[in-house]
Amino acid sequence: MNFWLELAIKTVLMLVVVLTASLVTIYTELKAGSHMQARIGPYYAGGRWGWAQPLADGAKFLQKEDLAPAKADRTVYGYAPWVVMMSTLAIFAVIPMGPDLVATKLDLGAYFLLAISSLSVLGILMAGWSSANKYSLIGGLRAAAQLIAYELPLVLAVVAVVVQAGTMSLNGIVEAQQATLFTVGGVEIALPFLLTGQIIGFGIFMIAAVAELSRIPFDMPIAESELTMGYLTEYSGIRFTMFFLGEYASMVGLSAIATTLYLGGYAVPFLPESMENFAGPGIFFTKVAVLVFIIIWIRFTWPRLREDQLQWMAWRWLIPLALFNIALVSVFKVVF
Amino acid sequence: MTSREMMHRSEVAVSVELETPDMTLNIGPQHPSTHGVLRLVAKVDGERITEVEPVIGYMHRGYEKLSEVRTYAQITTLVNRIDWVSGFANEVPFILGVEKLMDIEAPERAQWIRLILSELFRISSHLVFMSSYPLELGATTPLMHVLREREYILELIEGVTGGRFHPNFNRVGGVKPNYGGGSQTKKQSMDLPAGFFKSTLEAMDRMDQICDDIDTLVTGNELIKARTVDVGIIPGDKAIEYGLSGPNLRASGVAYDLRKVENYLPYDQVEFDVISRTGGDCYDRYLVRLDEIRESVKILRQAIDIIPAGPLQVKVPRILKVPVGQVYSRAENPKGEFGYYIVSEGGKMPYRLKIRSTSFSNLTILPWVLKDQLIPDLVAIMGSLDFVLGDVDR
Repeated sequence: MNFWLELAIKTVLMLVVVLTASLVTIYTELKAGSHMQARIGPYYAGGRWGWAQPLADGAKFLQKEDLAPAKADRTVYGYAPWVVMMSTLAIFAVIPMGPDLVATKLDLGAYFLLAISSLSVLGILMAGWSSANKYSLIGGLRAAAQLIAYELPLVLAVVAVVVQAGTMSLNGIVEAQQATLFTVGGVEIALPFLLTGQIIGFGIFMIAAVAELSRIPFDMPIAESELTMGYLTEYSGIRFTMFFLGEYASMVGLSAIATTLYLGGYAVPFLPESMENFAGPGIFFTKVAVLVFIIIWIRFTWPRLREDQLQWMAWRWLIPLALFNIALVSVFKVVF
Repeated sequence: MTSREMMHRSEVAVSVELETPDMTLNIGPQHPSTHGVLRLVAKVDGERITEVEPVIGYMHRGYEKLSEVRTYAQITTLVNRIDWVSGFANEVPFILGVEKLMDIEAPERAQWIRLILSELFRISSHLVFMSSYPLELGATTPLMHVLREREYILELIEGVTGGRFHPNFNRVGGVKPNYGGGSQTKKQSMDLPAGFFKSTLEAMDRMDQICDDIDTLVTGNELIKARTVDVGIIPGDKAIEYGLSGPNLRASGVAYDLRKVENYLPYDQVEFDVISRTGGDCYDRYLVRLDEIRESVKILRQAIDIIPAGPLQVKVPRILKVPVGQVYSRAENPKGEFGYYIVSEGGKMPYRLKIRSTSFSNLTILPWVLKDQLIPDLVAIMGSLDFVLGDVDR
């Protein structure tokens, strides 16, 4: 097939999948959060259960005036949401949703993921700096400090997975989780990494992921009650929508990474390999949905930490723990 | 300038320790956590606040001046709106002051109704705190759960007074009379509505339940503790120095409660404890309020048993004229000591009315307590002082 045609089809498919997933996530947060808070939540939009509320919100935002403060650095201000959105969408380019259902099979998939997902802080910093607003500035700088603190445990947690799988390719990591561990009465048992020694790593990864998403309890860069809206304070209209969508898309994105690395990706035990291309996306997104729901659940349970407490937790606990985890996994890898 | 000189200069510049100028951060008057229109001009060094100056007056409505051209009966309508989450409690000290000047005393049943409504408003006000304080720390869920329970209290208040926030229920010499059918011939007093005691007891059960719920959702929450324990410590002597009162004072280890000290309503006939804690931090201020809800529930349960039957009003002249004199009358409001200094020249209107509002005095400690705190702690401390801007600006 023509390279450009293939690229176009892949891009469009990816956009549709990711944006739909983000809209579903937004709706879940609205509705599930409402029920946790003894409210009803979206009710009218779309006729039933308010299913069209995210679309209606989006349509409303599109009609809003696209404001930029007079003293803002307009170029940087304008590009910031694109950088955030781009880095989020690029995650999905290498995530496998089936043995062959992957946009690009990269040998360095895990490396690419870590590199690209940390780009979003650049956009956030751009937004914070260019808004010419002190709240935005503090928010942007908090985000930068937070990312430096949490990128490290995230990377170290992934290193342990790479050590265990013996490959950086995401397809390879998923396949490594399908390898037979032992046989019980002739039945071959394969387990995802979560159950075979990566439980510490999974915990570290999820904590760091929530911190990187800057969601409660780590939402200091936005911190509505302190910084009004952090780096988003001055944004409105379509640009705000992009940040907003980007936030939820990266929620799906990081859950997708966690699913691939720890929960066996598109595979489940006992599913024949011939079925995986067909059932893969369904299995994959079910696992992603569980993780996304947990992240939403956390948001409605806990308050926000303080910036110094977050740094303390990252440097004093998560990084040593992640290093210990790597050592542990390496020892097991060599011994067994 | 030669290159040698330039090099020398640059070395000099480097050897001096780099100083960053403080940034002035204007918090408010429109800001999510300033409870209305408080403005704080904060000098911040990074996240640390080096100096803070509260700017108030954005909500000044001139109630003291307005009162000079209102009759005493009209003023109760105004004072309702000073601290709007505890409307009735604002009326009580004013009416007591006027009654003291006129040398009359409300009938016993009226006094008990005043006590019951005061305690209901105390619960309501503390529940507002319980819902908004976690929100300021970032926990959004307690808000709705607690406000839902507050509805039960507001319904009780509405049942008695007809208003949810501004009851305007006190009259000089008793509580609100009801002129049946608009005709003055069928004069009858408005008593507590039928079934009030039963629904109060039901509501009190709910309050016990929600206090336990708050305990599980907020009090024991590790992150809430991390944010509030040992944050914004106000020692007892500082609290007295700055004129704090109410739960803020009692959290600093000073067990001072006007309900016990002045006994302005029949509080001596009910058993309750003055809640006080010794830490003086945000967490203690929060816990004092939570326990005060439980104490109020205890008071209300007893009050319902005790309340005697009888008239609701003593006879007062149709046109109130207060004799010459002056009086300072105060009461324990949900937020602390609330007082009125009434000066009468013998007319229908007060010559001067000075309102000692609780939140205004509680707010004066902000520059002291916020010094050298972090911006997130600013929000935590400000929220824990629980002020209402209407009460600050009057």
